[in-house]
Amino acid sequence: MNISTSALLSQLLLGLVNGSFYAILSLGLAVIFGLLNVINFAHGALFMMGAILSWMAMEYFGINYWVMLLVAPVIVGLFGVLIERFLLRWIYKLDHLYGLLLTLGLTLLIEGAFRSVYGVSGLSYDAPDALSGATDVGFMVLPNYRAWVVVASLVICFATWFVIEKTRLGAYLRAGTENPRLVEAFGVNVPLMITLTYAFGCALAAFAGVLAAPVIQVSPLMGQNLIIVVFAVVVIGGMGSIMGAILTGLGLGIVEGLTKVIYPEASSTVVFLIMVIVLLIRPAGLFGKEK
Amino acid sequence: MKKLSLVIYALLLVGLIVAPFFGAYPVFVMKLMCFALFASAFNLLLGYTGLLSFGHAAFLGGSAYVAGYGMKSLGFTPEIGLLAGTVAGGLMGWLFGVLAIRRQGIYFAMITLALAQMMFFVALQAKFTGGEDGMQGVPRGKLFGLIDLSNDLTMYYVALVVVVLAFLLIVRTIHSPFGQVLKGIKENEPRALSLGYDVARFKLLAFVLSAALSGLAGSLKTLVLGFATLSDVHWTASGQVILMTLVGGLGTLSGPLVGSAVVVLLENKIGEFGTFLGRVTGVEWFNTLGESVTMVTGLIFVICVLAFRKGIMGEIIAFIDRMRSRKSAR
Repeated sequence: MNISTSALLSQLLLGLVNGSFYAILSLGLAVIFGLLNVINFAHGALFMMGAILSWMAMEYFGINYWVMLLVAPVIVGLFGVLIERFLLRWIYKLDHLYGLLLTLGLTLLIEGAFRSVYGVSGLSYDAPDALSGATDVGFMVLPNYRAWVVVASLVICFATWFVIEKTRLGAYLRAGTENPRLVEAFGVNVPLMITLTYAFGCALAAFAGVLAAPVIQVSPLMGQNLIIVVFAVVVIGGMGSIMGAILTGLGLGIVEGLTKVIYPEASSTVVFLIMVIVLLIRPAGLFGKEK
Repeated sequence: MKKLSLVIYALLLVGLIVAPFFGAYPVFVMKLMCFALFASAFNLLLGYTGLLSFGHAAFLGGSAYVAGYGMKSLGFTPEIGLLAGTVAGGLMGWLFGVLAIRRQGIYFAMITLALAQMMFFVALQAKFTGGEDGMQGVPRGKLFGLIDLSNDLTMYYVALVVVVLAFLLIVRTIHSPFGQVLKGIKENEPRALSLGYDVARFKLLAFVLSAALSGLAGSLKTLVLGFATLSDVHWTASGQVILMTLVGGLGTLSGPLVGSAVVVLLENKIGEFGTFLGRVTGVEWFNTLGESVTMVTGLIFVICVLAFRKGIMGEIIAFIDRMRSRKSAR
């Protein structure tokens, strides 16, 4: 096989970029599922909202990338508060499946709304000037923006991991996942905690969306295929562990990138194939606990 | 109750038999029947076994391609084509089932969705499916080498017989001891397990049966329309069949029939309905309703889950039961 090292490295980096998005999204799914017992199908749509909001801000108001990197997650987080307060709250006592169906309906609503305004073709969004261009690091030419995406994602992922696993707030959250009624008896406002958790998960998705805007074409349907891959990532990793979600997401991104070099035809299916293999060998997932 | 529903089913059948003579467009009614069969097969799994498959598009669309390929390129007669599609659906169902049954509840839905997405990419890249263009020009051929199906009316009655037979098979399954065990698993899986039932095998069988019948629906659709496209393998088709079953009523025999009719009519007629509303109310926005089918579908999903979980037939059956118990209390 004759594959140049630089092509391999650049595909690896691209894989790592995608892996960062998988990691952030599956992390959000896992945190939400832990406390709400809802699989948030709308995660892909919220990711798309983050990207489109930053495009809109640039197009209509000239607001730059850096501002939107903070503002878009806040807006989408508030949107998440509304979803949780007015819709999800009514179905916690029902079968988990209804949570999936409700958020599926929301996905169709959100994507349909944006689609009726912007159609399905991609909107272009440029990386900020400070990050455009590339740096020659000797063994390869490193596109600055992609490097930034990976670094920013890693920082966010590990910050989330730290908050959940090492702080008092995270301890409440983990306790709430184990036994919400007992935590409530200790005087913790569990309903508020649930709302904020959902909002946080949504904000994470939007953050990934803003990061993705300059590398993936911005379009109302950009979250659709992504969310299904993220579901496969979640099945592979198991939703029991935060670190598990992060590592699985990054790892699968890299595998996908490598597949693009070795056998491009399989690059869109390789994650699903890995899911099949994992289900055969370790049905509970790589980081899941066998029940 | 039994008598009443028998009368209604008989009326429906008579209605379908005479429909072409009262101006119903046969191809549209056949499409409706295909989706009714698809939704009924799906309900066998979700409504009676409690398994939410989010991958049924793979069986509908995958079988549509298999049957289409057989009839177009291998010279299959229609009945062999339908059989091939059904067997293909069953085989895929077995494959999906073996993998997905290893996990429970919400994971089951995610696994089936992911597997179906894999099938979508296979269909997109494979040569024989025609990729983005779809598979065009599938001939209807001659049934058993004798009956020419190119006439819409002949095709209509053949399709009607196939769908009615398949529906009867579903009814029979639900009322059989096998169906009772499925219901038992849905109500309380640990108890079914402790009673000594091999729960995994029952689930797998139900999955295969449902997938095979969905495959039949997909093959019939290809035979009727003469083409198979990517939209049948896309995950939105899986969402659509969930919606049909939910709107009609989970775990009711008639629910999927009503639900599929409502959803298909809605998607085909919503533009006209919007124009009508726009003219009556004078609100400009209604005129654009036709372009926002996705949003309307999403809205119905949300409303159904929040306030209308029994579905249309579920509510009607509950209403009749209430009336009856009030009468007997008196």
